[in-house]
Amino acid sequence: MPEVDLGITPLRELNGTLHNLPADTNETHWIVDNPAGRHAIAAGLDAPLKVEINGPVGYYCAGMNKLATVQVHGSAGVGVAENMMSGFVHVSGDASQAAGATGRGGLLRVDGNASSRCGISMKGIDIVVKGSVGHMSAFMAQAGNLIVFGDAGDALGDSIYEARLFVRGNVKSLGADCIEKAMRDEHKAAVHDILTRAGINGQIDPSEFKRYGSARKLYNFNVDNAGAY
Amino acid sequence: MCGIVGLFIKDPALEPELGRLTARMLETMTDRGPDSAGFAVYGAGTDGQTKITLRGVAADAIEETVTAIESAFPGATAVLHDTHAVVSLSSGDASHLGDWLAENSPETEIVGRGSRMEIYKEVGLPADVASRFGLATMRGTHAIGHTRMATESAVTTDGAHPYSTGQDQCLVHNGSLSNHNNLRRVLRREGIAFETENDTEVAAGYLSWRMREGMSLGDALEVGLTDLDGFYTFVVGTENGFGVLRDGIACKPAIMAETDQYVAFGSEYRVLADLPGIGQARVWEPEPATVYFWER
Repeated sequence: MPEVDLGITPLRELNGTLHNLPADTNETHWIVDNPAGRHAIAAGLDAPLKVEINGPVGYYCAGMNKLATVQVHGSAGVGVAENMMSGFVHVSGDASQAAGATGRGGLLRVDGNASSRCGISMKGIDIVVKGSVGHMSAFMAQAGNLIVFGDAGDALGDSIYEARLFVRGNVKSLGADCIEKAMRDEHKAAVHDILTRAGINGQIDPSEFKRYGSARKLYNFNVDNAGAY
Repeated sequence: MCGIVGLFIKDPALEPELGRLTARMLETMTDRGPDSAGFAVYGAGTDGQTKITLRGVAADAIEETVTAIESAFPGATAVLHDTHAVVSLSSGDASHLGDWLAENSPETEIVGRGSRMEIYKEVGLPADVASRFGLATMRGTHAIGHTRMATESAVTTDGAHPYSTGQDQCLVHNGSLSNHNNLRRVLRREGIAFETENDTEVAAGYLSWRMREGMSLGDALEVGLTDLDGFYTFVVGTENGFGVLRDGIACKPAIMAETDQYVAFGSEYRVLADLPGIGQARVWEPEPATVYFWER
C-alpha cells in the first residue's frame, strides 16, 4: 500500500494523485504520514479508497468526500468532512469547529469532542460524536442525524429544520425552535443502525439518548409577528 | 483574518529557545497575515531600570536618535534592532524620555515600555520582519506575536500589532471590533490617547483604562466581554503572565497546547506542530467568553 510522507511530498501532489486514480486502481489503501496540521488533506475524494492519516490534520480534511473512507489518527481542524456526500470519515481525536458542516450524506465519527457549530446546516449526513459538542451545534440543520454521547453546548439546533439530534448528556440550552421530542422505537432503531455503521454498536444503549428536533414554528411567516419587523 | 502566536515558557531550560520557536510559529502564520508582523518578547530586566522600545522611521534615523538620547541621559544604554531600539535607563529618566522625544525627535514613536517587555513590529512578510529584528536569537520567558491581514485600517506599521496597554503589557488581536469608533470617543474623554484609527488599539486602550481605574487584567478582560462588540481572540502579555480571551461565539480560531515545559497558543494547529514534545502535549481549544491566564 502506498505511503506518503507530507514532510517530503507536497500536499497538492498527494491530493492530485488521489483525485486522478483510475476507477479500477488496485491502490485503494493509502497511508499519509506527518500531516502536521496541514489544510485540505484528502479533500475532494470521489472513489472508494481508504486513506489513513497518522497525526493531526488542519482545516477541511476529507471535505466534499464521496465514497472514500478517511481515517484520521489524531485531531482535526475546522470543517472536517464538510459537505461530505457519502463515505466514512473517522477522527480518533477531537474535531474543531463546524465538523460535518453542510454534509449531504455519509457518516462522520469523532471519538473525542467536537467544538462549536458541529453539523451546522447539515443536509443528510450522520454524525456520531463520542465526546461532547460545543455551542450552536446543528444550527439550521436540515436533514440527517447528530448523535452525541456527551453534552451539547448553548443553542443546540437553533433554527433547525428536519434533522434529528440525539444527546445522551446535558444540553446547556436549546436554540430557537428546537425542542425535546419523544424517543420512540423507530428512533432507537435509527440510532442503533447508525452506531452499527459507525462500528460502535453495543457500547451505548440507544434508549439512553434524548431526542431533539424542530418545533416547526419558524417554517412560515407568522402574521402575528409582523409588528416585530 | 490575521494570525496569533504565543509561547509561555515554564521550564527555564527552554528560555534560550524562545526566539527561535516564536520566529518559526510566526512564519507559519504568513498565510493568515502577510501584511505586517510584530511580536513582544519578555527578556531579562534590571532592577531600577526601565526598558523603552523606540521605533524610528528608518534604521539610520533611530541610530541618530539613540546617540542623542545617550548624551542627554547619562547612563542610558541602547540596543539597536533595525528600525527599533531598546533603550534602558533609570526609571526616573524613563519618565522624561517621552517629553524629550516630543521636543527633539518627534518622528520617533514609543512602542512599549516596561521592565522586561520589548515590542517590535513592521510592515512586511513575517519571516522578513522576524529576521530584520533578529527574533530567532532572542531569549526570554514568554513572547506573543501577530501576523496581520488588514481589514479595519490601512497596512502601516502603526496598524501592526502588538499594542502596548501599559507597563510590560501588550495585546494582539484576531478579529474586528464593530464599536471601536464609539469606544474611542468614550476613552478619549477618559484621557486615553490614540495614535491610529485601528480597532485593536481601542481594545488595548480600553484595557489600560480599566486597569488604571483599579481592575486586574483578568477582571478587565471579563468586563470587556460586555463592552467590546465584535469578533475577537485576544492574547495578552504581562510582566509575568500570558492570557487568552475569545468572544462569546468564538468566531475566530484558537488552539492551545500545554506541556511541563510551556503553554503555547496558535490560531491554527500548524503553529504548534513543530514545538518540542507536541505529540504528548495536552491540546485543546479555549472556550468562548472564558478568561485564561498563566503566570510564573
